[in-house]
Amino acid sequence: MQLAREELEQAYRQMKTIREFEDHLHREIAKGTIGGFTHLYGGQEAIAVGVCENLRDTDYITSTHRGHGHCIAKGCDVKGMMKELYGRADGLCKGKGGSMHVADMDVGMLGANGIVGGGPPLATGAALAAKLDGKGGVALSFGGDGSCNQGPVFESMNIAAILNLPSIYVYENNRYSEHTGASYVIASESIASRVEGFGIHTVKADGFDFFEVHEVMKELIEMCREGKGPCAVEFETTRFYGHFEGDPQNYRGPDEVKNDRENNDCVKIFRSKVTEAGLLSEEDLNKIDSEVISLIETSAEEAAAAPVPSPEEVTTDVYVSY
Amino acid sequence: MAKMSYREALTETLHQEMANDENVIVMGEDVVGGTGSAGGPEAIGGVFGVTGGLFGKFGAERVIDMPISEAGIAGTAAGAALAGKRPVAEIMFSDFIGLCMDQLMNQAAKFRYMFGGKATCPMVLRTTYGAGMQAASQHSQSPHPMVTAIPGLKVAMPSTAADAKGLLTTAIRDDDPVIFFEHKTLYGLQGDVPEGDYLVPFGKARIVSEGEDCTLVATGRMVSFCEDAAKAMSADGISCDIIDPRTTSPLDEDAILDSVEKTGRLIVVDETPPRCSFAADVAALAASEVFSSLKAPIKTVTGPHSPVPFAKELETAFLPSPVKIKSVIEQTVNFS
Repeated sequence: MQLAREELEQAYRQMKTIREFEDHLHREIAKGTIGGFTHLYGGQEAIAVGVCENLRDTDYITSTHRGHGHCIAKGCDVKGMMKELYGRADGLCKGKGGSMHVADMDVGMLGANGIVGGGPPLATGAALAAKLDGKGGVALSFGGDGSCNQGPVFESMNIAAILNLPSIYVYENNRYSEHTGASYVIASESIASRVEGFGIHTVKADGFDFFEVHEVMKELIEMCREGKGPCAVEFETTRFYGHFEGDPQNYRGPDEVKNDRENNDCVKIFRSKVTEAGLLSEEDLNKIDSEVISLIETSAEEAAAAPVPSPEEVTTDVYVSY
Repeated sequence: MAKMSYREALTETLHQEMANDENVIVMGEDVVGGTGSAGGPEAIGGVFGVTGGLFGKFGAERVIDMPISEAGIAGTAAGAALAGKRPVAEIMFSDFIGLCMDQLMNQAAKFRYMFGGKATCPMVLRTTYGAGMQAASQHSQSPHPMVTAIPGLKVAMPSTAADAKGLLTTAIRDDDPVIFFEHKTLYGLQGDVPEGDYLVPFGKARIVSEGEDCTLVATGRMVSFCEDAAKAMSADGISCDIIDPRTTSPLDEDAILDSVEKTGRLIVVDETPPRCSFAADVAALAASEVFSSLKAPIKTVTGPHSPVPFAKELETAFLPSPVKIKSVIEQTVNFS
């Protein structure tokens, strides 16, 4: 663990923010406060944060339908996101995007994405732009196990390989492609073994452990910055919630989620690692917890009270000029 | 003015715009041609010869041979555009848009809107279209109505060499994603093309000819078919307004409606099949906006509701022709 105290605090704060953000949405959606289709990231926080803590604002990411965690980890404004989820006029995307389309160009967040496998081709293009700009920037796409069966994702990795682009493909294998087991829908032994076929340097790692994620990504991202071409990583992980909110999750094993929450909770694992090593104290962590909980509560209160978009907004922002 | 072909006008534009702005990059299948082959690069310069000479001048970083991966090409272009480049991607045949529709319909077209007006996607997707070369069902279609129907995309369809240059320059400098349709039978068409910077604004129709009795609306190759039909009608003392919208999105509705108000008759000519088509769209526009001016039912001349066939006789039967258009003009002006 080579991270400085501030870095550890920042990482924990980000993971906890994602956890609380998603837990809040889970409760509100059950009450019917928030409309639309929402896919929660709870349980996978170590990956988004372990990855993004290695990125700069000038680096690009593309995300997925399960994108809130990536957005927060990349630096999107939490209050703006909450307002967006509530469909408010001053939400991050003016209430036009919602859960599946949160984006913030200012921090290199090129959008959550409602299309499984939609992001990797875009990240490949952003990587091409970064290469042409020649400033050591990289572009990274997050994807789940489901996206590894989409053709355009393969096309993208091949393009990145032949053009030697600074493009990184992160697969979060949470064991389910929607409601169907990943082991059933993926013919190869693993996602990683499949990606290796493109001649792309690929790693398989533990996505429950922030420190492993961070270390693996630090090395891969540095390689990319140095011009050594694309790389990929498959992280093992789990999701605490269903594919979407309202998913009965009857396809999951008895006590599967309970067991994951007890033994594979990346936030708990982080806490025990840093406290056992004496890097941060329980008090330090609890203080961050209360700050995060307060931020989420305030965000939600402000979002609930914020004005809704006016109907005239339906036809603005379609084009730059028309 | 310089005399040159539609193809040469496009090539000149790409050279000019790549020289003007280093963010302009060109990518597609065989746009260089020969990369990685024994004969060396630039053997092809695009299968229709439009991207010739770019590689030698601007290099492999900005003129990029891509694998046969249409979704990958469209997505790479869209992502590069989001990240500040101005990619001009080539999809060899517009029929292949089927392979990259997600990246056009769900990604490029929607970024700006979904992201609350904070993103721009200044990409151009150049593609060939149209029947007339016996290229059969998967290499002859004209899918401009499909993309015209998608808010967020702009659609340009030059019918002359001058418009090829003027519209492509505008497309490349435009901050919105543009699908740019090049009719494959028009590449050799000669015309006078303005030299230097030349921009044709989107949404401004070209009034091809002016007349009193009937309005003909057409794009691309169909414009010259309308001109031939109108010429044949002039012997009978019938004159036609011919309007080439140049871009189907944005559409110069005023030019069309003003003309129909003047002539009282409208025929829309388009080579796509009729259902949910550009022709049906323009007909509906006129019917709803200037109904009281109409002296005859609006007519469309389109391909039938069938794929484009291979055999020459069948392909001819599929396509609109000056003879077919003339016959519909006669029906329309004689309606009582």
